[in-house]
Amino acid sequence: MKEFKYVITDPVGIHARPAGLLVKEAKNFKSVATFIKGDKSAKATALMKLMGMGIVQGDEVTVRVEGEDEEACAAAIEKFLKENF
Amino acid sequence: MQVFKGIKIVNGIGIGKIKIYKVPVYEINEALVSDQEAELARFEAAKTKVQEQQSALAEKERKDGREETAGIFDAHAMMLEEDDVIDEACKELLSEGHTAEYAVNKGCEAAEEVFKNMEDPYFQARSADVVDLKNSMLDVLFGNDTESLQGTEPAILVAEDMAPSETVKLDKSLLLGLVTRLGSSNSHTAILARSMNLPTLIQCQDISDDWDGKFAILDGYNSCIYIEPEQEIIDKLTAKQKEDREKEAKLQELKGKPSVTKDGQKVRLYANIGGPKDINAVIENDAEGVGLFRSEFVYLNSKTDPSEDEQFAAYKKVLEALAPRLVIIRTCDIGADKTIDYMKLDKEDNPALGFRAVRICLSRPDFFKRQLRALLRASAFGNLGIMFPMIISKWEVQECKKILNECKEELTREGVAIGKYEIGIMIETPAAALCADDLAEEVDFFSLGTNDLTQYTCAIDRQSANLERFADTHHPAVLRLIRETVEAGHRHNTWVGICGELGADPTLTETFLSMGVDELSVNPKSILPLRGNVRNVDLSGLKKNNNPEPKKESEVKAEAKTEAKPAKGFWGRLFS
Repeated sequence: MKEFKYVITDPVGIHARPAGLLVKEAKNFKSVATFIKGDKSAKATALMKLMGMGIVQGDEVTVRVEGEDEEACAAAIEKFLKENF
Repeated sequence: MQVFKGIKIVNGIGIGKIKIYKVPVYEINEALVSDQEAELARFEAAKTKVQEQQSALAEKERKDGREETAGIFDAHAMMLEEDDVIDEACKELLSEGHTAEYAVNKGCEAAEEVFKNMEDPYFQARSADVVDLKNSMLDVLFGNDTESLQGTEPAILVAEDMAPSETVKLDKSLLLGLVTRLGSSNSHTAILARSMNLPTLIQCQDISDDWDGKFAILDGYNSCIYIEPEQEIIDKLTAKQKEDREKEAKLQELKGKPSVTKDGQKVRLYANIGGPKDINAVIENDAEGVGLFRSEFVYLNSKTDPSEDEQFAAYKKVLEALAPRLVIIRTCDIGADKTIDYMKLDKEDNPALGFRAVRICLSRPDFFKRQLRALLRASAFGNLGIMFPMIISKWEVQECKKILNECKEELTREGVAIGKYEIGIMIETPAAALCADDLAEEVDFFSLGTNDLTQYTCAIDRQSANLERFADTHHPAVLRLIRETVEAGHRHNTWVGICGELGADPTLTETFLSMGVDELSVNPKSILPLRGNVRNVDLSGLKKNNNPEPKKESEVKAEAKTEAKPAKGFWGRLFS
């Protein structure tokens, strides 16, 4: 299992537009990535659940990745977050 | 005659008969069934079918060049994926022995509630997406064809609400206007209405079935609809509609046309923007590039000093969306008059002449480097111009370039990809204009900031109301500095643009073109009107008298580089 934390800097938080791309990115991997904020969590492949977490600017999210390609998956998601959120 | 108010989405006028658009209300059986497997299979089939429909709508929109709405339907298809809210809620109901219809209806309602209860209006508006998917799945399950709801005659449609997929399926040639009781200005319906430029009223509380078939006029300018209007109103608004159409048709015709004078002189028409939110305006108004991207928003929207990654994300967004257009990003132009707490700037008596822009950047190289590194990293994703503001001396430009080069070397060592970019400066001080020959040796382009140039040349504070009588935006001293800057630039193969308000002034278009200005950067809404002006200019008479210089090589080079092609919209780009 791989885990990292990220603080959202995008003024609108995780909203529909880049969230769609995030889902696509996550689908490229066999591993399951989960976003966790407080007591809420969602798989990175579930668009509505991700948006429903209400992640806004300044929130810290934990991303947990489990699976055979977790190393690459975690790196790709972290890079994507840095570039888009 | 009756008049009803609503909230307008699009200005403009729709005239014609009303058609009440009613979605079917389905009777849903609550009884439990024994064959759960069969119901699950029916649900999966309906879900797959709707996903296919939504993807097909996305494709149709994309083919018609509407990337933003295409993205909506891509997202819809995604929302029905396994393990997401709708799928889970429906499957739970199915496992309790409910019918597929019941599961879809109730399951989607639960998902709808999740969004409705969120504080952010953006998320609240997403509940409409869920309703859309629910109705589409129910249509499939009940075997209903909803395409006949619109009727076969041109009409103003009146509905409770419009789901995005309903709006897109409508036959546009029969659509004169749209009125809904619900809806928000954040809804997809509003986005679609805007992209179609369709006269639309939302939140019109008084809609009524009695309106069906009646003659009406939707007046977007006054946010109202007239049912059976008086002749006087009909005459007035018919004339207004005709005038709008003629004006709009003339502007639309200019899209894709070259910005060239009657005698064949080209000028590039670029847009001034303030951030990623303006990407669509650039595309919609057919700007050939961005002549001024004010990077201040990254500083002003942040409570702390924005990181390199944050800045990179914003610049990349714009460059990528607008490629292959040239996008000129001006480096940090904050100063003592724009107070930003974390910058800890001293209060000054004379901020316009104070510690601002490149003066701050050169005094705080670490701060400056964060932006330059972000810009260089973004350069790999599009066609970038980097522009330094408030220059008065050559050494300042040299020092900026030196720091830029340091950043470039660092990034290269780190193995980060860097694209090609141009370097330019703002000419907004009389000092820079008068030393333009010297400065031109250092850069690829100049951009005349006419607002500051006028204020510094005439010693007129542009914010002071008492000075109106003395202020002259066409002051000969300013025009002379502009002319000399253009000439100096061209002597050194440096192309010259104007990015101040003067650029959009229609009374100066001919003057600027006769000076040989290579580019005018104006607010996006002014692009098409300005193109109209340019195309009406004829400089052949002037040229005979003035014996103008031949076209500069740099001009041709830059034109080839920034040839305008349709780029992807915001929604579409992010799903591709």
